[in-house]
Order: sequence, then structure tokens, then C-alpha cells
Amino acid sequence: MSVPPQHGSRLPAAYLTPGSASFTDFLAEQAPDLLPSRRTTGVQHVGDLAPHGTTIVAATFPGGVVMAGDRRATMGNVIAQRDIEKVFPADEYSCVGIAGVAGLAVEMVRLFQTELEHYEKIEGSPLSMDGKSNRLATLIRSNLGMAMQGLAVVPLFAGFDLAVQHGRIFSYDATGGRYEETAFHSVGSGSLFARGALKKLYRDDLDEEGCVTALVQALYDAADDDSATGGPDVTRRIFPVMGVITATGYRRLSDDEVAAIADRVIAARMDRPDGPAAALT
Amino acid sequence: MSMPFYVSPEQLMKDRADFARKGIARGRSVAVVQYADGILFVSENPSAALHKISEIYDRIAFAAVGRYNEFENLRIAGVRLADMRGYSYDRRDVTGRGLANAYAQTLGAIFSSGGEKPYEVEIFVGEVGEGPEDDQIFRLTYDGQVADEHGYAAMGGSAEQVTAHLRETYRPGLSLAEAATLTVESLGYHESGSRVIPAASLEAAVLNRTRSQQRKFRRISDAELSTALGDRGAVNGQADVPDGDQPADQPADQSAAKPDAQPQQPPTRATDDATEGPDDDPPVAPPLA
Repeated sequence: MSVPPQHGSRLPAAYLTPGSASFTDFLAEQAPDLLPSRRTTGVQHVGDLAPHGTTIVAATFPGGVVMAGDRRATMGNVIAQRDIEKVFPADEYSCVGIAGVAGLAVEMVRLFQTELEHYEKIEGSPLSMDGKSNRLATLIRSNLGMAMQGLAVVPLFAGFDLAVQHGRIFSYDATGGRYEETAFHSVGSGSLFARGALKKLYRDDLDEEGCVTALVQALYDAADDDSATGGPDVTRRIFPVMGVITATGYRRLSDDEVAAIADRVIAARMDRPDGPAAALT
Repeated sequence: MSMPFYVSPEQLMKDRADFARKGIARGRSVAVVQYADGILFVSENPSAALHKISEIYDRIAFAAVGRYNEFENLRIAGVRLADMRGYSYDRRDVTGRGLANAYAQTLGAIFSSGGEKPYEVEIFVGEVGEGPEDDQIFRLTYDGQVADEHGYAAMGGSAEQVTAHLRETYRPGLSLAEAATLTVESLGYHESGSRVIPAASLEAAVLNRTRSQQRKFRRISDAELSTALGDRGAVNGQADVPDGDQPADQPADQSAAKPDAQPQQPPTRATDDATEGPDDDPPVAPPLA
């Protein structure tokens, strides 16, 4: 059965059986073909067939965490999409940004969102921050077969941990390895350049706006040196997607807010194209 | 050799219905009231951990009376169905009507199948729309009947009295505080002296269409409810028995209701609860729509 029961039929026994609070487990039993990881292609390498998302950056500040993603998806040398969104709220207090095969990644995010909400509704309380990040690791791990065919998904997970009252960031590898990062991190093709920029710009006393500006700078540097990362598109007014998570929950910055910061960054780069200079010692 | 007795289908169904109704009448009531910004659910429920009111999906909530394990099963099935539908189609394709249909088919099949005990539950499925005219409240009975309710509805032990009081006092376009006050009043209403239910013994939640998040369901904390109830909420703290004395699903008010002043009433009720005396003579069953 690949679709839920239709109108006019009694709920199948599996729906009424007490059991797991995991939606993925339920899906694996009831409709396994809906799981993103159950599609093997049988072809050796198919990575060039699908658009790839590129750079995601995240950084913490006192009282929260910010995540940003550029808007480009590439397919080989072609820009597949100029305004793709790669940062999604996972639930009210966490978000996930994705690099890798866009189609699979978006589906995996949808499954992850449903998984968190499902658990919260059935158990009556949300998963802990570590529980959420482990759950995401399981989803990535189940995708290993696809990753070996070139369809890897590498997310970056960030959220506000209500138990300890500060922002946390987790990175993953294609085998489902989960690593907690301190202060800032980036994934995707432009991540090396973005991380270099953040090393010089990040301070742990930055406020929310400072943190957002540092991430816009980092994405600018990534786009400067990586052809697969999109910079701010001033003619079409397309700017990075930025999500801020604090004790009050997830908030996506409006296009105008991001545009104002991006315009300031671009104006400063007119004078110094390489961005702000850090002190030597 | 004993021959099985012939039991007419009418009698069989009547027996099963009586059985289910008795079980439901033992529980406390749940009331649902439409207010200006959405739908309010209130239940008398001293347990803070076992919920009678729950979120199903973005705009859909669930409230139930009767046997906890049975309605909890139905609730989980509803969450699974909604999430499955939302995941395989789209979030907008999950509707209260679809859920109510699935529940109706399930309850109806269980009720009429010989091998299963009928579920002793009644359910509300509420869905909040863009405006008050788009709100939907479905009431499902133990035998799978569905009724479309408008404005207000109640089910459970003293559903008739609660509904009667709501009918007198309800008007459209209430604020949340007004709706809460009116609903809590109705839950404690009895012809022979109303009870005041302390906020700690109430469970309340709303589907609020003005909530900015995608998920419109929100529980109302005891503190928030006390504030909304105003003076009445403060006074009744001393008037009723402490939570610990009452198991979750025991008779709320029964034939034991005394015509004298209310402060004497709670101890009497507690005694009745312990002996389960009034069960033989339950209050009139809730009307079948």
C-alpha cells in the first residue's frame, strides 16, 4: 500500500496498533516506497542527473543561532535554479540546511519535519535537541546506498536547545556520522571558503545582526571563489535565505531585512572587494 | 447439548449500544465552543499527563470522552493517518472531514462486528477554517454516527445538562476569555446547584486561526485559564476537592448531586466515586445527534 487509506474505508489495523512514535518506522512498514532511501537506481554513477544544492553556513550568538544558504542549484556546469531554498525549519526550535542532491534532500527534510512533528504529537512533548540530531543522522545513514551512486545528501542542523538555553550546530557526513560543532560551521561546495571567512570574522560576542552580517560575508566569499555557490543577485534581488532561532522559536528573515544587510556588504566590497580586513595579530 | 438462544438483531444492537453508553456516561464531560478566533475545547480532567484533548494536524484537533486506552488508540491512528496523508500528498490535503470519515468507518465497523467489544468512546474532531463560517466540528458516537455541530457541543457524563446550559448562554463571536468562562460554567452546571471547577482540574486548548505558525493548536495553561476565568477561577480553588482524590475517569456529577449548598457536595461525590455506586444508574445517555 503506497497511499494512505481512502475515504470510506476502515482504518487498517496497523494504524490502531500501539507502537513506535516514529513516523519513519511507521512509513517503513506501511508504505516503504515513500521512503527517500528505498530507491536504488542500479546505475553506477548518476550524480550528474540531478541538481545539486551548494553552500550552507551557520553560526551561534548569545541567545540563538543563525543559518543561511545561498540560492543556487547546479547541474554540472549549468545553473539549474537561481532561487532555490535550502534552509528549512525542522520544527519550532530547529532548522536544517541541505547541500547535495536537491530533490532527495528536500524529500528528506520533509520526512524529517514530519518525523519531529509526529513524535511531538504522539508523545505529547518534543524530542530533545540531541534526539532530533540523532534522528537526522539515522535518515542520512539510510541513504548511504544512494550516496555511493553519487546522490549524497549532506545537511547542516542547527537549533536552540531549550534545556541549556543556547544555540547548537550539528554537521553530518554521508555515512550518517554526526558531529557537534562549536561557534560556526559550513557545508557544501563553497564551505571551505565560507569557513575561512568565518574564522576571520566570527566573534562569540556578536549580536544577532552581527552574526547575520558575518554569514552574508561568508556566503559572499564562498560565491567569490566557488562557481557553484550563488552570490547576492542584485539585478533580480535574490538574496540568501536566513533563519534565526532564539528562545522564541524559528523566524525566517524577510527579504527586505536580508536585502538591507546584503546591500551594505556589497557597498563595502565596492571599496575593498575582498571584504573586511582582520587585524594581523 | 445446549442450543444457542436466538437474539434478535435489534436486541443485540440495543445491548451493545447500552453497554457503550453506560461506559461513556461514567466519564466527565468535554465541551467544544466556537469563539471569534477559532475553536475552544475544554474538559474536566484532573490529570495533567493524560490528555483528552490533542492536536492531530495543522488545523485539526481531537477531543474524546470514555475509555482512555480506546480513544488514545484512535488519537494515534488519527495522527498517523493525517501525517501519512500530509506526507504523501500535501499539508493542505489533510481535512477534518477525511479524518471524521475514517473514524466513523472504524467505529461503525467495530460496533457492528460480533467479535469485538464496542468502543466506549465519543469523539470531537474540530477543524478551524479561514473564517468562523469555515470552522467545522464533527461529533462521532460509539456506533460510528457522525453529526455536524455548530457553535457549541458537549459529550460525556452530563452532556445533556452542559448542552442545555450552553444553549442558553452561547452567542456567536465570543472572545476567548468569554468563551472559556461560559464553557467552564456549563461544565459545572447542574439544575440542583452548580459546581465550580478549579482551573487545575481543567484541560483546555484552542485551535486559533490567528496563530502565525502553521500549526494552529495550542494548549492553555492552568495559569492562563485562571486569568481568563477571572474571580470565579480564584474562588473555586478552595471550593472543590484536591486533584488527588479523584481518578481521571470517574463520575463527574451524578444522582448524588444534593440540593443543598455546593461546599458539601465534593466529599459526597468522592465517596460515591470510590464505591462506584451510581454506575448502576447512570445519567441519561447523550443524545444521538
